[in-house]
Amino acid sequence: MAEAIMNYDEAISKFDPVLGLEVHVELGTNTKMFCGCSTVFGAPPNTHVCPVCLGLPGALPTLNKIGVESAIRIGLALNCEIAQWCRFARKNYFYPDMPKNFQTSQYDEPIAFEGYLDVEIDTDEGRKTFRVPIERAHMEEDTGKNSHVGGATGRIHGADYSLVDYNRAGIPLIEIVTKPITGTGKYAPEVAKAYVAALRDILRGLGVSDVKMEQGSLRCDVNLSLRETPESKLGIRSETKNVNSLRSVERAVRYEVTRHAARLTAGDSVVQETRHWHEDTGISTSGRPKSDAEDYRYFPEPDLLPIAPSREWVEELRATIPENPAVRRARLVADWGLSELDMNTVINSGALDLIVEAVDAGVDAAAARKWWTGELSRIANDRGIELEELPVTPVHLKRLEELITAGSLNDKLARQALEGVIAGEGDIDAIVAARGLAVVSDDGPLLAAIDEALAADPAVAETIKSGKLAAAGSVVGAVMKATRGQADAARVRELLFEKLGVSE
Amino acid sequence: MSGISQDDVAHLAHLARISIPADQLGHYADQLGAILDAVAQVSSLDTSDVPAMSHPVPMTNVFREDIPGVSLTAAQALSGAPAVEDERFRVPRILDEE
Ligand SMILES: [Zn+2]
Repeated sequence: MAEAIMNYDEAISKFDPVLGLEVHVELGTNTKMFCGCSTVFGAPPNTHVCPVCLGLPGALPTLNKIGVESAIRIGLALNCEIAQWCRFARKNYFYPDMPKNFQTSQYDEPIAFEGYLDVEIDTDEGRKTFRVPIERAHMEEDTGKNSHVGGATGRIHGADYSLVDYNRAGIPLIEIVTKPITGTGKYAPEVAKAYVAALRDILRGLGVSDVKMEQGSLRCDVNLSLRETPESKLGIRSETKNVNSLRSVERAVRYEVTRHAARLTAGDSVVQETRHWHEDTGISTSGRPKSDAEDYRYFPEPDLLPIAPSREWVEELRATIPENPAVRRARLVADWGLSELDMNTVINSGALDLIVEAVDAGVDAAAARKWWTGELSRIANDRGIELEELPVTPVHLKRLEELITAGSLNDKLARQALEGVIAGEGDIDAIVAARGLAVVSDDGPLLAAIDEALAADPAVAETIKSGKLAAAGSVVGAVMKATRGQADAARVRELLFEKLGVSE
Repeated sequence: MSGISQDDVAHLAHLARISIPADQLGHYADQLGAILDAVAQVSSLDTSDVPAMSHPVPMTNVFREDIPGVSLTAAQALSGAPAVEDERFRVPRILDEE
């Protein structure tokens, strides 16, 4: 049942929103956090399990080094302090997705704490930076996957029973928790979205996760409360779970603002509760109230030893942190002379790193961008693979550009050469030689082809002569076809006009 | 006195999914209270210069390399399950009817 909401602008005129975001990221390690089971996605159910992740009696956890390193690197990238000493804790609860009856997590001693992330959004006064304060980033483990059987909807409500696959139980998770984010005013939805997007870019840059929100490797919970003025004390918050796309983060914040405002204005209090986000309808519904289900009886994990990262180790890891993606983006936009829109295209195509690599190897930035966001994106898309999976290197592109600049290849022939690269036919020169790719620079064959094209379409010459130069396109096309793309189209056009005595 | 009430015992029993008849709550409250009182004797000592200990073993940073090991087969994993369906553990309805 949908609850009453208030118009967003009215809600914002009456209340000051305070945001909190909890993001869970599944690490891309080879093995689980506390056992050597594989983390590969999509295996048959209950085949990536062992006594440790099934919680069998007597099994002892062993800590994944890359999991810890990733946690420290994430902390550093988020400007956090790294604990000198920390330990794991057991979070006790009974739910079939966690066979141990507790989740191994961190409680009072997170590995990273006190950080921030700056995010930029468009405001009425232009681009503006908001600093999102980060409370902590801690290590924990994912749960198994329940599927519910019976009932009408396949949901947990009304199900007759459930089936559990523990392949995912124990996969390393990092939970990143913000402090209350204040001062966003009406931009709370945009700040929330920009934060999750910036976090995703950082995590991707670190190479610690594939950060696919749609597959659940990045998941977001949105906390929101309203207060009457920025000076009032914090209001009661709701926690909207599993908001799993950037667009939904923005919508969920907006929705909760309007829902809270309606309640508060009607004199009802906001219920402190967990809510479920519904992507399809764009509303949240009440889940369970915060009650004794939240009494997790944390205690220190006796089966795992504390972690005391040496400062040398932390500095070693700090040296592996790539430039902040937002800073890097601004630098590249300036270096390459792109518009923000062009840059969006580059980033959305997933080609940024590949273009940077090519530019570093000496390929012109505009050319590298053209190939990776154009032809190569199309090819990857057709084949349903990622750009990185194409066997095209900066060396290939560099040679291709040299040949184009020298006039011995045109765009069309260059594309054929790339097809050769992708088909594994060797380097550019070998492909050009083997496929006989070369622009026909001799006018003789071109003139012959032009004559042929004109003979095949006798009316076209008169049309062009009458001043309809656009008609030349069909002749040029016919010549290109006859020469299997090996002609220089501009030269064909020139020769055609010369022949017909027309000037452009 | 640690002051464990019957309500505390009922709450803990619920969290731990242990069934304790109402007429025994007082019995367990007394026992748990006595245990906590015994442990509380530690607080009579001056521990101001004793660092807090979070683990009895004086070791840190014991890690495993991120290399896959041997997992169980689904048949092995499920061999002790009370109920199985579709290569998955079958568990009773999670939520009560509302
Ligand atoms: Zn395992």
